[in-house]
Amino acid sequence: MSAPSPVVELRDVSKVYPPTTKGGDEVVAIDKVSLTIDAGDVYGIIGYSGAGKSTLVRLVNALERSTSGEILINGTDIARLPERELRPVRLGIGMIFQQFNLLGSRTVAANVAYPLEVAGQSKETRRARVAEMLDFVGLGDKARSYPDQLSGGQKQRVGIARALASQPGILLADEATSALDPETTSEVLDLLARVNKEFGVTIIVITHEMDVIQTLATKVAVMDQGRVIERGDVFDVFSNPQQAASARFVSTVVKGLPSASELAVLRRRHPGRLVTLAFRDTSVDQARVFGEFAAAGVTFEVVYGGINEIQGRSFGHLTLALATPGTTDAAADAVIDAALHRVRTLTTVTEVR
Amino acid sequence: MDSLIDLLPELWIAAGETLYIVGLTLFFGGIGGLLVGLGLYLTRAGSILENRGVFVVLNLLVNIVRPIPFIIFLAAAQPLARVVVGTGIGNAAIIFTISLAASFAMGRIVEQNLLTVTPGVIEAARSVGAGPIRIIFTVLLPEALGPLILGYTFIFVALVDMSAVAGYVGGGGLGNFALLYGYRQFNPVVTWAAVLLIIVLVQLVQFLGNWLARKAFRR
Repeated sequence: MSAPSPVVELRDVSKVYPPTTKGGDEVVAIDKVSLTIDAGDVYGIIGYSGAGKSTLVRLVNALERSTSGEILINGTDIARLPERELRPVRLGIGMIFQQFNLLGSRTVAANVAYPLEVAGQSKETRRARVAEMLDFVGLGDKARSYPDQLSGGQKQRVGIARALASQPGILLADEATSALDPETTSEVLDLLARVNKEFGVTIIVITHEMDVIQTLATKVAVMDQGRVIERGDVFDVFSNPQQAASARFVSTVVKGLPSASELAVLRRRHPGRLVTLAFRDTSVDQARVFGEFAAAGVTFEVVYGGINEIQGRSFGHLTLALATPGTTDAAADAVIDAALHRVRTLTTVTEVR
Repeated sequence: MDSLIDLLPELWIAAGETLYIVGLTLFFGGIGGLLVGLGLYLTRAGSILENRGVFVVLNLLVNIVRPIPFIIFLAAAQPLARVVVGTGIGNAAIIFTISLAASFAMGRIVEQNLLTVTPGVIEAARSVGAGPIRIIFTVLLPEALGPLILGYTFIFVALVDMSAVAGYVGGGGLGNFALLYGYRQFNPVVTWAAVLLIIVLVQLVQFLGNWLARKAFRR
């Protein structure tokens, strides 16, 4: 198999807005971002509101024009293309929105047909394609309804049908589930997963909800103040975030590490030594770790922990309260240190203070 | 009362003339208003044809023309009417001048109606590659159709109002009829008859406008 080719590649892309007041400072929305998105990826971009993720995704289909840098779509730099020449590029990139943005004056079928009209397709082609797409999103019976008559989840499914009508290779999802309730969210996420698997569409997902990344994305980039501060496989970033901002996002969905207030409670209850062990995938043999403690005469109590699963791989953290029955207090520390020394060869150990 | 019965043929002619003047001015002023309104909307900051120069000029023009009392505007624009329609008096002149004034009044209303269209819907159209002309005809105007119909219904009443002073430049209509045969001849019954007809006309049009707008809203 050949290496996957990038379908979207940003090279040193910046977007600077002129000062809002005379003599004010320029607003740097995107700050020299480089990003490579391969064919078939579901690439999540996460960040707090104002981090620049909505602007970033709009650079990909040139709804926003970059100030500098290159934006390669299937190898062609579109950053400096005039508006007129962007039409074919945009037909190859579908987009769905938080507020769905359906045309209220058109029926569901006519909404889905819209990109095909823009592409100049014949009426017969449009009708066949619209029926096919509405069946795919499970709204075949709503063709003649108006958007106002649909629920939020149904509206977003129409949005997805419309975005895919012109058979784009790339789909941009801008907070596509943020206006939906949890149940509808998971329906829409399932649908997006099918879009990726059945049509091979590369999806770029913008969200501030970590569980969207967890269930859908294969790769993730964390944005903060216009920069990408961390990126990688979702499993790596989730199990071992390198940046404080990433860790905060991860902690919203990954349970296993006690929060500061939980830690205070644990401290009061367990005056002895507390350690947190990281278990990642199958690389750590839990039985051997616990065996080392037993061999050293150290007993332990699991006081906090959690095991998470992402894309079929699991990782987690366990916080243990350690004790050494049968030794004097003076000798206890030495015994525990010796045990931890051996455990450290097996996994990451963090002493909790 | 008897004099009203004698004047009935003139009353119907006057009503017909009002319909003629208002109908044509609604057509020309409506198109003018649509163009001015679209111009204001499309060239404003952040819009799809953003152009500061054009916006400032249009905006200023609308703000200058709109507050001028119509009867003064009618006199002031008379030389322009002579150039464009060849005469400064009669129905042709009044239709031209009302259309001109209505274009600016309606332009502002059209602009405000277009602003009710969610920017996201325009963004969605842009995201599939639609250009400005296509966006105007397939997104902006259809999405704002309900408010636009109500806007045009609103301006209809203003047109009836403006047409009432047609008599000053030799035009006809119910306003002229009421002044000529009612007010100047101290015959309030005749004036009230004209008022009654105008009320009926306005009510009918308002009813029609509301009904059409409801259909357009589909809500």
